[in-house]
Amino acid sequence: MISELFTAQVLLGILTSGIRLATPYLYAGIGETFGQRSGVLNLGVEGQMLVGAFAAFYVARKTGNLWLGVLAALLVGALMGLAMAFISITLRAKQGISGIGFFLFGLGLSDLLFQTLLGSVQTVSGFRPLAIPLLSKIPVLGEVFFNQNLLVYGAYLLVPIAAFVMDKTTFGLKVRAVGENPEAADSLGVNVSLVRYITVTLGGMLSGLAGASLSIALLNVFQQNLTSGLGFIAVALVYFGGWRPWGVLAGALLFSMVNALQLWVQVLGLPIPSEFAVMMPYVLTIVALVVAVQRVRPPTALTKPFIREG
Amino acid sequence: MMNSDAPAVLPSGKPRIERLEMLGITKCFPGVRANECVSFDVGAGEVHALLGENGAGKSTLMKVLYGLYRPDEGEIRINGRPVQINSPVDAIRLGIGMIHQHFMLVPSLTVAENVALGLPSSRGPLTDLDRVSERVVELGKIYGLHVDPQARVWQLSVGQQQRVEIIKALYRGAALLILDEPTAVLTPQEVDEFFVILKQMVRDGHAVIFISHKLHEVLAISDRVTVLRDGMVVGSQPRGEMTKADLARMMVGREVSLQPEKPVLTPGRARLEVHDLWALNDMGVAALQGVSLSVHSGEILGLAGVSGNGQRELAQVINGLRPATKGQVLLDGKDITTTSTAELIPLGSAYIPEERMRDGMIKDFTVAENLILRDHHRPPYARAGFFDFKAIAEVAAERIRAFRIKTPSQETLAKNLSGGNIQKIILARELSRDPRVIIAAQPTRGLDIGAMEYVHQRLLEERARALQAERKEGAAILLISEDLDEVLALSDRIAVMYEGRIMGILNRAEATPECLGLLMAGVAPGVAEEAVPAT
Repeated sequence: MISELFTAQVLLGILTSGIRLATPYLYAGIGETFGQRSGVLNLGVEGQMLVGAFAAFYVARKTGNLWLGVLAALLVGALMGLAMAFISITLRAKQGISGIGFFLFGLGLSDLLFQTLLGSVQTVSGFRPLAIPLLSKIPVLGEVFFNQNLLVYGAYLLVPIAAFVMDKTTFGLKVRAVGENPEAADSLGVNVSLVRYITVTLGGMLSGLAGASLSIALLNVFQQNLTSGLGFIAVALVYFGGWRPWGVLAGALLFSMVNALQLWVQVLGLPIPSEFAVMMPYVLTIVALVVAVQRVRPPTALTKPFIREG
Repeated sequence: MMNSDAPAVLPSGKPRIERLEMLGITKCFPGVRANECVSFDVGAGEVHALLGENGAGKSTLMKVLYGLYRPDEGEIRINGRPVQINSPVDAIRLGIGMIHQHFMLVPSLTVAENVALGLPSSRGPLTDLDRVSERVVELGKIYGLHVDPQARVWQLSVGQQQRVEIIKALYRGAALLILDEPTAVLTPQEVDEFFVILKQMVRDGHAVIFISHKLHEVLAISDRVTVLRDGMVVGSQPRGEMTKADLARMMVGREVSLQPEKPVLTPGRARLEVHDLWALNDMGVAALQGVSLSVHSGEILGLAGVSGNGQRELAQVINGLRPATKGQVLLDGKDITTTSTAELIPLGSAYIPEERMRDGMIKDFTVAENLILRDHHRPPYARAGFFDFKAIAEVAAERIRAFRIKTPSQETLAKNLSGGNIQKIILARELSRDPRVIIAAQPTRGLDIGAMEYVHQRLLEERARALQAERKEGAAILLISEDLDEVLALSDRIAVMYEGRIMGILNRAEATPECLGLLMAGVAPGVAEEAVPAT
């Protein structure tokens, strides 16, 4: 029964799929981290992921080139990010509401394109596992960590890069300043709007990539509402991770492991209702948020449009 | 011998601004002419004070100089050469630094990060915080502005934060400093230290524009004074023989009584008593730690202190807006510690809150609605749940007249009025009810001299109600203020608050700015005598 879960083979399976499943959380969560650190809450991540996932899938299928699919996802993600930036920064719309609008837009658009261009659920031959020489030969762990596909590696590589950019570069300093006290940054000649446009567009690109990682690397299929809430969890992970890339990594792993666990519970046919198992990540989201939000303070200017007072 | 052709250099190694001129600056906003043909100049080694009421155009003029606004007409010249200043970046490049009244610092970043923000780095895209830190320490040594570059700004005192602001400007090569109300948040001792540093900077060849409404400070530090009124220069002259009264008259355009008349009264019985009061602030930290005080009928008790030491929480507990964790509040002997705000109103308490725009009124309500807000559900304003608009209009009209509220109509939205008139609405609402206890928190903050004079008069009238035959006793007034001049001018006794405790309560006669300043900085009286040699 329950003890079936705790065999070495199953635990390794959970670990391997947990590592894989963290990929979309990482791309989307890190992108959202940049946006939020600069003061913009983008709730439209889910929509951007869906459109990115479709674009990657469609282009990869039509051209047979997975990298063109990745490029397409980055491109449409950037466009959606730019649009979000325009609405929330230039037009100063309420970010929560416009983000929900973007989600619905992405949901509808990806489904419309799916219905008209594909018509039925199809598959694509996605990124294949790429064993890293030597490292993948490490007993047990080699298989778990170093025999994944390129988009998975990329997601983990992104974490230290993002942390470095945030903490050690002049651009990262501007992002942090703009999210905490845009007036101060403005008075020192920092272009507040430009910084926010960059972070939100970057966030859109990474959300698109997160979608692509689902449709052409992890699941290799596209269907209606492929992401089913992943993007919203990614936004929650940013809070959970205290607006830090390493924190997002910790949160992403926690959630993906729980997800992997619930998949294995279903595979093994354990006597736990599958509805309950599927619910677990979402329950965890709520619990984690309640705990996390009391621990760290969000960027002071989060969701506040910047207006140079007259 | 000095070569007069060589550009003179400041201690920071940057070139001086020998003369900066703003000529014929005009700046209009829709419906308002904020600056009209204003000319202003300042030279190296000089403090030029810019004085004026709220809305006189000081800020506009300085924002033009700092590149935040573009003038409609006029010219700016540095060392005789016309310059274009289209953004703060241009201003900084030309050697102009501005210290804003509300510090432009990012609290979560370190001092070095705040200094480095927005500047190119010697390491390209990577930050060079080690180099920045070295330079911060170096500038600190040269100018006497010591501050730890690794400290996070939120950990610093207000005085230290101001040093960071100045270092930020000097780091960028500022030869001219614009100081906007720089002393507003400092204790008297911090002001003295600040002036010492400022005078040294001026001696070293910096030029300083000093914006303030504290007349004695203007007279203490400036070489020249320019007064703006309604967007125009009404006077510009060397400090020379000018007095506070001269400056006030120029600012307001009429005679102003700087020292309100205060008849001698014998205080009556204690109306407001606070015993060993404890309360938490919004963060859950003890903001009040055993506060005890009493205010008597016909008395103004001034509560001095740097803001954030528990004054706000004290006012809220007394008015039933924040629970006490321990202790007692008595109004005319009756325990009101757990009495709700609604139940307090009929007992005769009046509250003039610190955040007048947020807590004192509803911005999107009309003047009339704001005037009756406290009693809106009671007769004569409402009967059986329905408003009596005629009664409301009559009372509003009467109060607008009595308190000289300048408003186009009763139906004008309160947010469209000036700060002074908004405060008059609050005064009219609170004082028309013949209160027994008045809590006035920062009642003149941000008001101009004319409005300030009016508020002071009204508070003194409430204090003196005992003198009027038909009323039995004067109100007990707790005046919470950061403005020491105000506290000294109005109070009968002065309490000083520091970190949630009362540091001491002095009679007006024995209170001086110096001893109050020490108490405000948390130095206990016994220690104070040892710490400060008798001079």
